[in-house]
Amino acid sequence: MKLQRAHVLVSVDPETVMAGAKEVEERLIKEIESRGLSDEIKVLETGTLGISGKGVVLVVYPEGIYYENVKPDDVPKIVEEHLLKGRPVKELMLPELPVRAVKRETVGLTRKQVRIVLENAGVIDPENIEEYIAVGGYEALEKALTSMKPEEVIEEVKKSGLRGRGGAGFPTGLKWEFTRKAEGDIKYVICNADEGEPGTFKDRLILEGDPHKLLEGMMLCAYAIGARKGYIYIRGEYALSIKRMQKAIDDAYKYGLLGEDILGTGFSFDIEIKKGAGAYVCGEETALIESLEGKRGQPRFKPPYPVTHGLWQKPTVVNNVETLANVPSIIKNGAEWYKKFGTEKSTGTKVYTILGHVKYPGLIEVEMGTPLREIIFSYGGGIKNGKKFKAALVGGAAGVFLPDRLLDVKMDFDNLKEYKAVLGSGAILVMNEDACMVDMLFSIIRFFYHESCGKCTPCRIGTRELLELIKKVRKGEGEESDLDKMIKISESMWKSSFCPLGQSLIMPVKSAIENFREEFVKHLDKEFHCENCRR
Amino acid sequence: MKREEILQKYTPELENILFILHDLQDNNPQHYLSKEDLEAVANYLNVPYSYVHGVATFYSMFSLKPRGKYIIRVCESPACHLMGSSNIIYELAKLLGIGIGETTSDGLFTLELSSCLGVCGVAPAMMINDEVYGNLTPEKIRQIIEEKRRER
Repeated sequence: MKLQRAHVLVSVDPETVMAGAKEVEERLIKEIESRGLSDEIKVLETGTLGISGKGVVLVVYPEGIYYENVKPDDVPKIVEEHLLKGRPVKELMLPELPVRAVKRETVGLTRKQVRIVLENAGVIDPENIEEYIAVGGYEALEKALTSMKPEEVIEEVKKSGLRGRGGAGFPTGLKWEFTRKAEGDIKYVICNADEGEPGTFKDRLILEGDPHKLLEGMMLCAYAIGARKGYIYIRGEYALSIKRMQKAIDDAYKYGLLGEDILGTGFSFDIEIKKGAGAYVCGEETALIESLEGKRGQPRFKPPYPVTHGLWQKPTVVNNVETLANVPSIIKNGAEWYKKFGTEKSTGTKVYTILGHVKYPGLIEVEMGTPLREIIFSYGGGIKNGKKFKAALVGGAAGVFLPDRLLDVKMDFDNLKEYKAVLGSGAILVMNEDACMVDMLFSIIRFFYHESCGKCTPCRIGTRELLELIKKVRKGEGEESDLDKMIKISESMWKSSFCPLGQSLIMPVKSAIENFREEFVKHLDKEFHCENCRR
Repeated sequence: MKREEILQKYTPELENILFILHDLQDNNPQHYLSKEDLEAVANYLNVPYSYVHGVATFYSMFSLKPRGKYIIRVCESPACHLMGSSNIIYELAKLLGIGIGETTSDGLFTLELSSCLGVCGVAPAMMINDEVYGNLTPEKIRQIIEEKRRER
């Protein structure tokens, strides 16, 4: 990196592009050039800054000043006043700095947000491999290849306590060990980037904001399990993610970090991107493998598990994007360091997306075990427009509706289990007093009905029956017994469905009806008027 | 690009089928996969026609029916639903005079629903072809559609 007096980071992701980020960036470069500042000030594209719904967002370093809703015509003023004269433009600055907009130098120290996975997102240019290397990137790979045996890498990951961030929370080191010990010479690493859980976009931000971290995580996994080939399965809708990831892969080849005899150590590894085509069920690992092989993405019978019979029946590790993005820091800093974050059984951090009726929608990374109340009210800024909190849907569509009295739950794998809830994908959808639980549950059931792949009967028929019942309740034609019937159907689906898709509908159905039964009962009255249900 | 040229970009292995189908559909001005497309893929990959048909109909991003110049995909996931996506769908259907899954008679617009687009921070959201539109209101919808009509 050249030494510059100041850096201006432009957040470029689908949301800001929509608001005109590209035009603002062009104008910035032009204005800086015309004032002869090009050698002193660098304009960088970066992934999201974690601030949502505020148009084009810029941040100027070293001061760490955030500008929101920037229009191309605001640019001359920012360049003239701030970059030339050193006077920040007050009227364009974020009025209140959301907690997530922490200054670079305080990250990791304040413990406000502990950034491991997202440490570089919004800080470096994701399309420039040298910037990743400059902030310590690929050091973990070098350390592993030159001073650690594959078994030692696995041991370190096991000791760190890292658990899968895709939803199920399976210990990552154990999965790697099973695959390493499985019989066969050909093994594969697959990165599951088929992020389809409604309300979740954390993986997109890692793919777009720090693609090399993911590549490094995959390389470490490959070295540990003895794989020569890896695939990243990215959902078809994520055009920018695919583009950035491909650029990162191409650059890694150029720098000799992928391909034959990496860093002269004899280790060889190739990575290829595969593009999905719109099927929620492909987030399930065996369905994803089927899809990758060029088939309809329907789940396989388990056991055998992918660790012994995965892609083309070879031993395969399938890991979520966020899981793999944790690995470089673990190898670089050691398991003991990693274990300092989080709780005893759920170590490290978790990335959440906070959405819905909160003041600051967006994403944050905090330690495992952070109470849900703190996430919603401190990081999310609480409910906007002075409304009251009603419920939070935690974990995506396959998640649980929690009322106010359950908000003190500490967010980690084991604690949530006690509430019959799951961490899932880390999506937190917050609803205010105006939201209708019947209508929300309808939206979820409709989603599952659409995404059920049709392979097994309980899920195929169960989702259809549930949809009919919730429609009936929504229209005011339901009876009290319909509510119990819904719980019963979802229980049968949980017991007998083939894969987690059908098994998990019990969580939203049961939690909505049990925690908000009064509201459901109200809807049974024909005379009851509900704005959301259009009646 | 001709169909044959697209096929030749990929080795004739089954694992490339989604890439090939995406590419063929993107190259079709009517954004769909024709019977001839599916037949060509079946021949190229040496699998039955029914196999290719099965794959193409499994994934929601592929269409076997001709579609409009602009494909509008409104996100109907719970996050967008909470922020009022049903009003947006209602407004679009009224404005375009078509139902979900239909194309306007001038061949300009197709209205579809989509699962989560991953831009929940600006819910309710939709995509028109590759472009994302967020923080939608009925008023904004009218502007966007008017703009697209002028662009034609």
